[in-house]
Amino acid sequence: MDKTARLALADGSVWRGTAFGTGSAQVGEVVFNTSLTGYQEILTDPSYAGQLVVMTAPQIGNTGINDEDDEARQIFLSGLIVRELSPVVSNWRATRSLSDWLEAQGVIGISGIDTRALTRRLRDGGSLKGVLSTENGLSDDDLVAQARGWNGLDGIDMVRAVSCKSPYHWNNPTNSDWEFRQWAKLEVPAGRLHVVAYDFGIKHNILRRFAAYGCHVTVVPATTSAEDVLALRPDGVFLSNGPGDPSALPYTVQTTRDLLGRVPIFGICLGHQILGQAFGGKTYRLKFGHHGGNQPVKYLPTGRVEISAHNHNYAVDPATLPPEVEVTHINLNDGCCEGMRHVSLPALSIQYHPEAAPGPHDCDPLFAEFMKMMAVAYA
Amino acid sequence: MPKRTDIQTIMVIGAGPIVIGQAAEFDYSGTQAVKVLKAEGYRVVLVNSNPATIMTDPELADATYIEPITPDVLELIIAQEHPDALLPTVGGQTGLNAAVMLAESGILEKYGVELIGANLRAMQLAEDRQLFQETMIQAGLEVPRGGMAHSLEEAHRIADEIGSYPLLIRPSFTLGGSGGGIAYQPDDFNDKVAFGLRESPVGSVLIEESVLGWKEFELEVMRDRADNFIVICSIENIDPMGVHTGDSITVAPAMTLTDREYQRLRDMAHVVVHAIGIETGGSNVQFAVNPRDGRVLIIEMNPRVSRSSALASKATGFPIAKLAAQLAVGYTLDELHNDITRTTVAAFEPSIDYVVTKLPRWAFEKFPGVDPSLGPQMKSVGEAMAMGRTFKEALLKGLASLELARPPYPTPEYAVWDGTLSSLAHPRAERIWALWEALRAGHTPAEVVQASQIDLWFVTQLAEIVKLEQAIIREAEQVSPDLLCLAKQAGFTDGHIAWLLRSASQTAIEAEVRAQRLALNIAPTYHVVDTCAAEFQSYTPYLYSSYASESEAPPTGREKVIILGGGPNRIGQGIEFDYCCVHAAWAVQKAGYEAIMVNCNPETVSTDYDISDRLYFEPLTLEHVLNIAAREKPLKGVIVQFGGQTPLNLTAKLAQYGIPILGTSPDAIAIAEDRGRFAALLAELEIPSPAYGMANSIEEARQVAAQVEYPVVVRPSYVLGGRAMAIVYDEQALDQYTRTALNVVPGQSILIDHYLEDAYEVDVDAVADGERVVIGGVMQHIEEAGVHSGDSACVIPPYKISAYHLAHIHEYTERMGLALGVKGLMNVQYAIKDDIVYVLEVNPRASRTVPYVSKATGVPLARMATLVITGQTLADLGLFEEPRVDGFFVKEAVLPFKKFLGVDTVLGPEMRSTGEVMGHAAHFGHAFAKAQLAAGDRLPLEGTVFLSVNDYDKSAALKLARDLQRLGFRLVATRGTAEFFIHAGLDVQPINKVSEGSPHVVDLIREGGIDLIINTPLGPRAHDDGMLIRTTAIRYNVPLLTTLSAAQAAVNGIRALRVKDLRVRSLQAHYRQQHETI
Repeated sequence: MDKTARLALADGSVWRGTAFGTGSAQVGEVVFNTSLTGYQEILTDPSYAGQLVVMTAPQIGNTGINDEDDEARQIFLSGLIVRELSPVVSNWRATRSLSDWLEAQGVIGISGIDTRALTRRLRDGGSLKGVLSTENGLSDDDLVAQARGWNGLDGIDMVRAVSCKSPYHWNNPTNSDWEFRQWAKLEVPAGRLHVVAYDFGIKHNILRRFAAYGCHVTVVPATTSAEDVLALRPDGVFLSNGPGDPSALPYTVQTTRDLLGRVPIFGICLGHQILGQAFGGKTYRLKFGHHGGNQPVKYLPTGRVEISAHNHNYAVDPATLPPEVEVTHINLNDGCCEGMRHVSLPALSIQYHPEAAPGPHDCDPLFAEFMKMMAVAYA
Repeated sequence: MPKRTDIQTIMVIGAGPIVIGQAAEFDYSGTQAVKVLKAEGYRVVLVNSNPATIMTDPELADATYIEPITPDVLELIIAQEHPDALLPTVGGQTGLNAAVMLAESGILEKYGVELIGANLRAMQLAEDRQLFQETMIQAGLEVPRGGMAHSLEEAHRIADEIGSYPLLIRPSFTLGGSGGGIAYQPDDFNDKVAFGLRESPVGSVLIEESVLGWKEFELEVMRDRADNFIVICSIENIDPMGVHTGDSITVAPAMTLTDREYQRLRDMAHVVVHAIGIETGGSNVQFAVNPRDGRVLIIEMNPRVSRSSALASKATGFPIAKLAAQLAVGYTLDELHNDITRTTVAAFEPSIDYVVTKLPRWAFEKFPGVDPSLGPQMKSVGEAMAMGRTFKEALLKGLASLELARPPYPTPEYAVWDGTLSSLAHPRAERIWALWEALRAGHTPAEVVQASQIDLWFVTQLAEIVKLEQAIIREAEQVSPDLLCLAKQAGFTDGHIAWLLRSASQTAIEAEVRAQRLALNIAPTYHVVDTCAAEFQSYTPYLYSSYASESEAPPTGREKVIILGGGPNRIGQGIEFDYCCVHAAWAVQKAGYEAIMVNCNPETVSTDYDISDRLYFEPLTLEHVLNIAAREKPLKGVIVQFGGQTPLNLTAKLAQYGIPILGTSPDAIAIAEDRGRFAALLAELEIPSPAYGMANSIEEARQVAAQVEYPVVVRPSYVLGGRAMAIVYDEQALDQYTRTALNVVPGQSILIDHYLEDAYEVDVDAVADGERVVIGGVMQHIEEAGVHSGDSACVIPPYKISAYHLAHIHEYTERMGLALGVKGLMNVQYAIKDDIVYVLEVNPRASRTVPYVSKATGVPLARMATLVITGQTLADLGLFEEPRVDGFFVKEAVLPFKKFLGVDTVLGPEMRSTGEVMGHAAHFGHAFAKAQLAAGDRLPLEGTVFLSVNDYDKSAALKLARDLQRLGFRLVATRGTAEFFIHAGLDVQPINKVSEGSPHVVDLIREGGIDLIINTPLGPRAHDDGMLIRTTAIRYNVPLLTTLSAAQAAVNGIRALRVKDLRVRSLQAHYRQQHETI
């Protein structure tokens, strides 16, 4: 029989729905994602660690879960909030249903929530702390108190928990059935470049894309020192996406500073924020963040607009960046800094996701851009 | 990149008459384009032959040409207006084809006109199937295997190469897949290829491997000249491949794709747009996806704004046509704002947090004998769109929006399923209910999927609906509030719930369910279509209902007027009413009230979010309208007279609920509809009308017919477009039609009146304020009374009516308008016979002819009527007398016979036309010739005329034949007719009837030996060659006239064309001149 669940928010509101997955209580920061597709990738994106994710698309679970589209070894987010969960799976690649999978992964979900009303609340009031619970013994007030009592993500290092424990190599490119690079007709430097990727919560598709461009990738834990990285003789260092507050990660900022100028650096998402701090800039929290696959980002040097996949609650404040760092990408919706580049050192970063997954592939050529940077530095 | 300043004048070509496959959506796109180009400071020259459009309103473009969309006429306009650029992408296939012809023939180059929005090469690549497929393969994309055939032999060779049936046959350059078909075996292959070859204007067809049963998706995309590329919307067809997308139930966004699969389609769409060379604007790319392995084939692309773009615009709030026009003049997407949010840019991809369904509406009941199965050729005449928070809600709202004679859910009375799973494989109009019935009968979703090849996800959703139905039936004695709420959230109408409750209580009715749920506080919530899934605040009140936890966009404090639209287009109720609704919205605003539009037709201008102050995209049912009226307070009232029969049918019930009806009173509306009361009124006013009687059974019908004397007209009440109307000459036919008519509107009596043979028919549109009645225009029908006014050509001013009769018409119109207390528009149909003016019908509402009359006279009747309805008098408006008309304005109906081959083309009292065109000129002949040309029939100036007339018409036809001979035409006739003419001294060549053996008349038509056919049928059950001759004429595009009066008008037209070439004049220039001569 359907089990009821409640979502209680720090603003005192309580939302009732039906539980799926594994029922237990989870606290988290409630954020909404406006992607129309890609719940499997979102669920497995480690950047969502500590968050309860609201899908604004109302019909979730239609295509089930397949063996190809995981973005990490497990689900790290705290819970999934949907309007309607599909009672059935219809897709030729699916191997199981969303609810079975959540169950297997020990993750809680809630359906039957007025996700639009919830989203409007988050939009107007900003991200909220919340608790998702199936425990009948607690009153609504108890749950709200739980939500309010949670420390939240600010100042918390969420990276250590999601980062790999030891280095590993990655050579699996995007499956040829799904490769799309041929459409873009990009010029890519020949030769096999070695990228050392910091795993702050790295998504597999980043690794697949590097491999698709012919790179060999060594993934290292977030705490790896600059010297250990350099000892791997990388052609470039990649700073990955990841969960939480960049200000809670001084060790990563320090390593990045140590690497800056010694090896080409490419950062995305959390990696971008870390690089920004390494440059001497500051990061700040956005009201409700960018989470979705339709964000317009303008690449200032060419004026071209990329429709891009975003997942960030924090951003780099461009006013705090030193003059030798230029902002290269801005978000056309809110003007937020979405990318930067050092004018003399080989270092660039973007705040969003060139690997998409889920999302449009418009900024995939940035991988090629980084390869050119590595090739130049190498020569 | 800012807009271009090197061009000043831009020509826009519209889509011409409404036909199947090209409907009101191109008025929407053209109107958006014209408005924005003007706002950007360009001078806009618009050409469209369709007077029923908003875009041809003289206030919109700078120069509006309601002229035929043919290369020669377009050249005249170009020579006159000197446009710098031509925007070919907002006028549907017609606009695009016209632009291709102008470009290929060198006319554009000759006059220095630049194509903007799409170049010639791109249009050719996208439209020529062979070039398209080659381009796709070169770009690395897969297309269905096949090839282009220019002959039957070539077609056979390709079929052999593919090696298996079924095969798809698609002619090049046709509308809505016209002439396409599926051949299941070699036998039908020959016929279908031959037909396709003839249908294609370039004589080629594509033979393709069949992908029947594959999933079908469409992406609506835009690109700007900086190569910014965005997808506005993904659309998934519920009906798998094999059914034309216009005939499919579709859903947005796509429901059964993972991100990886969706992004692959997105990447491919980008490649397609690049490869075809679409530099700016909106395009539509269609994909087939194999449900077993995900293999993707590119099916086609439209390098222009399409029906799907209109749908995508309405589904997301993203105005594709407007943006396409702006991109064409040089803007890039990032320079343009998102109108809905006002704070974000247009360079983004809409995200929606609701589900949209689009459901087609067909009109097979009008075309007995037509194959009602669905295939690659589009057959629907209209569509409804619905939005809900879930697919179930959107689907059930969509079914309710269709406003069919049957309920939106299956009932035993309207059962459509034969009980076999195998029948579910057959795509047809009623299939959705057949699937539903099969699930109700206990079949599993898997079985239904197996049989129908419809995706499991959709079938399961339907099964969920059935589960809810069963739960309601289980609880029918006392439905719990939770279940009631769940049902409402799933889109169940109160009527549907009441029907389910009748399993326990025979007397359960919709009103009780409504009262019960309102008592439980189960009321709809309203949500904003905001393009961004609530990520940003939006400021445009474009709303849909659901049953959620909170409402958005609270009503303002202003006094409001609700305008009820016309719902899905159907034969008899289409764009003309939308034109009126748009004018009503503008006038309501002008009168100082807040204008609220309610409609569910995504093709329309009225459902553009910037037409009214507030738009409710909702079904036009009592339930949904009452919900809106309850919310929108203070409410001055509801205007019901502009949306056709749809709102009129709601009037009495709305009034019962205490909703103020503005304008003509509900009682007056009822009098006009109720034949008994109406006849009493006419008697009182001493206005003649044909003898009539009412009947509730066949026996009564026989008595009445005997009293009023044969021939008689049989008609049901409260129907549209003469549905089930017929003229009958004897009792046998009477029985048959009476039976049909009684079935069409069960419980209503039918009207039988004496048919005035050979009478002239006249239509009058008038506006009244309760004290004064002013005639807006008097239209004389070209065809005699008995042909439905919607199918008849007509002319303003009446050219063959005496002043004596016109005086009667004025007098009677005024008398009836005052007696009924009409406030707003009224339409009266008169017949003149033997010097008596009879009233046939009065409709106290906007008629189909309002836009045509308004354009002929320059007086916007719908606006005047709205201002009267909202409180002004005609005197306030300065409207005291019938406007003067200079020259002649001929309206011609456009019929869908080409889509429904095999249907007899003889005109009758049941309306069958889908659209109309207008021709205007100083002389009647020219105006008529232009109307014919615009309708697709170019009157021949020389050649051979085939005449075949019935005995009644023979003596009248003599004059016609003589005129034609004097004009130099060669005459051919079947023996009977020929002998009669020869006897009268004419030179006529006799030819065999078909029954007399080859070479016969149909052979001659096929060989192209006939340039014009005049064939008047032998009464209602003709059993001569007539039908074969007429259907052959349609197949081979030979101009065909089925009434002598139309033939006489055509002779006038031919004569005029031979004396003087056609000239063109914009409406603005016409009014200016008219004004100067006054």
